[in-house]
Amino acid sequence: MTVKPIAMRDAFLDRIWRAMADAPDVVFVTADFGSPVLDRIRADFPERFINVGIAEQNLINVCSGLALEGFRVFAYAIAPFITMRCHEQIRVNLALLSALRPMNVTLIGVGAGFSYALSGPTHQCFEDLTVMRALPNVQVFSPADHMTATAVAEKRLQEGGIAYVRMDAQPMTVLYPDGCVLEGDGYQVHRVGGETCLVATGAMTHVALEVAESVAGDGLDLGVIDLVTLNGYRQDDLARLLSGYARVVTLEEGFAGRGGLDALIRDLLPPGLPVLNIGVPPAYRFEIGNRRDLWEQAQIGPRAVAGRVRAFCQDAVA
Amino acid sequence: MMSDTAVRSVAHGEAAVAPPMDDAALRAKARWAWRETLILYRRAPEIRLASSLSPVEIFVALYYGGCLRYDPGMPFAEGRDRLIVSKGHGSLSLYPILADLGYFPQEVLETVGQPGSFLGGIPDPVVPGYETINGSLGHGLGVAVGMALGLKRKGSDRRVFAVVGDAELHEGSNWEAIMFASQHGLDNLCLIVDDNGVAMLGPTEQIVSHGVLDARLGAFGWDARTVDGHDVVAVRDCLQSMKGSDGGRPLALVARTKKGRGVPGLEGAPLAHVLNPSADVIDTLIGQEA
Repeated sequence: MTVKPIAMRDAFLDRIWRAMADAPDVVFVTADFGSPVLDRIRADFPERFINVGIAEQNLINVCSGLALEGFRVFAYAIAPFITMRCHEQIRVNLALLSALRPMNVTLIGVGAGFSYALSGPTHQCFEDLTVMRALPNVQVFSPADHMTATAVAEKRLQEGGIAYVRMDAQPMTVLYPDGCVLEGDGYQVHRVGGETCLVATGAMTHVALEVAESVAGDGLDLGVIDLVTLNGYRQDDLARLLSGYARVVTLEEGFAGRGGLDALIRDLLPPGLPVLNIGVPPAYRFEIGNRRDLWEQAQIGPRAVAGRVRAFCQDAVA
Repeated sequence: MMSDTAVRSVAHGEAAVAPPMDDAALRAKARWAWRETLILYRRAPEIRLASSLSPVEIFVALYYGGCLRYDPGMPFAEGRDRLIVSKGHGSLSLYPILADLGYFPQEVLETVGQPGSFLGGIPDPVVPGYETINGSLGHGLGVAVGMALGLKRKGSDRRVFAVVGDAELHEGSNWEAIMFASQHGLDNLCLIVDDNGVAMLGPTEQIVSHGVLDARLGAFGWDARTVDGHDVVAVRDCLQSMKGSDGGRPLALVARTKKGRGVPGLEGAPLAHVLNPSADVIDTLIGQEA
């Protein structure tokens, strides 16, 4: 079955829009950031569509107040702004406060990694996994296609608490044409592979699958896992699964060595297991261009990653 | 021991208004709360005394003046009015009031500042009666705005009060909230500025002046008034008269207060926030009031 890719945000918002007719407690709050599907929410539920303007601090605070009044709240903005412009509001009025009072708030950040390829470093986002993962009481989701985004929306409609959903701004090839079921530790095994497993998240899952195809020609059977839930809490099943490999590679469209996916996976692994962490070198880049070129320049594109994975596996053999 | 303020027993989910006190009783209650705050400070000298003394009459007017609907037996009852004390560190004068009303036992006041007590230097909702996380400044008003909007959307007639310090208004997040509140006609919201005029390092006016604060709030679309914040009867009257504004404007009461009020060496001192009056000074004041 072929499913035409659409933007993650449109899939996610479509699910929320469908829920809102029968769920009078669902409200949608944006910091003046839109999408075609958002226009449907705005038209059909004007009382529950709130645009706070370009004011992310107030976005979070208003969401907090609405949640305290019993609403299920979805907040929407560009990823770096909704995670970092208002980080202390998230910390105090969501992460901290939800430890003491029941709250249900989902932050939707659009523009993971180099998503906004032409906009440069203000709109590109390499720190959000790190800063959001640092907060207790916050679940972090990082879908790799719009089917997964729908599954995350479904999950957020079922569950309470605070969550951050990191979305790509560009439509991604569909990985789960029959739908994605998010259960347990929130990961999907795409290839079991042999001795080496590559754990990726978001757009990098697509790179990982390309890399697996490419190194298969060299007789290297690479496992590939798409990690959707990066909450950093108990992920025992994932830990068990990874401990069965001889080597693990992590791949993220975020700064390497700054506490993102690499740190999360390292904490799950048994001591001594060789790990290669691949991410964007921690420096701001001012090149604009197409996404794949930017990936290669940052050493996280399929060519660069395949080369580093080959070398890593050869070093281990030698 | 419960005070002379009886709290009506009410149906599940409803909140009571304590029968309002007459003016003399209200003034006596304000003196009592001021003295109780000094006693707390003697027990825990680490707490912020000066900024807790400026809002005493604001709290007394709210809780004993018939301005706030609340239910100590059910702090989060749907029928309550919401009070967010954004300047949490400067609200320890609320502890004795909450104990007096029965939010928690009186004996707990004796544990203030001690390991294991829920009465610390900056109250959070671990203290029954507090709604939100406080003390990190510039957060309470925005959350209050969200609550006021939520109440409107629910069709509730309950109100939201937010107590904010004048120096706290330097945080830009407040002004995002102030603009949003007037845009959405949140006349169920009442901002009370504890305008004690002093930040940590000196007079607010010399750091970044708010100009004429009520006029400034008025220019932002609020129905704003100024009152002598240490005249508890005037504060009560003002809060009472401001119920239901004209034109759906959010309400603001600028309460002109004095940081460290009534404590020699503290009141009027530019560094009152961080000054620690001696035990002797405090004991003398407590003795005079006994």
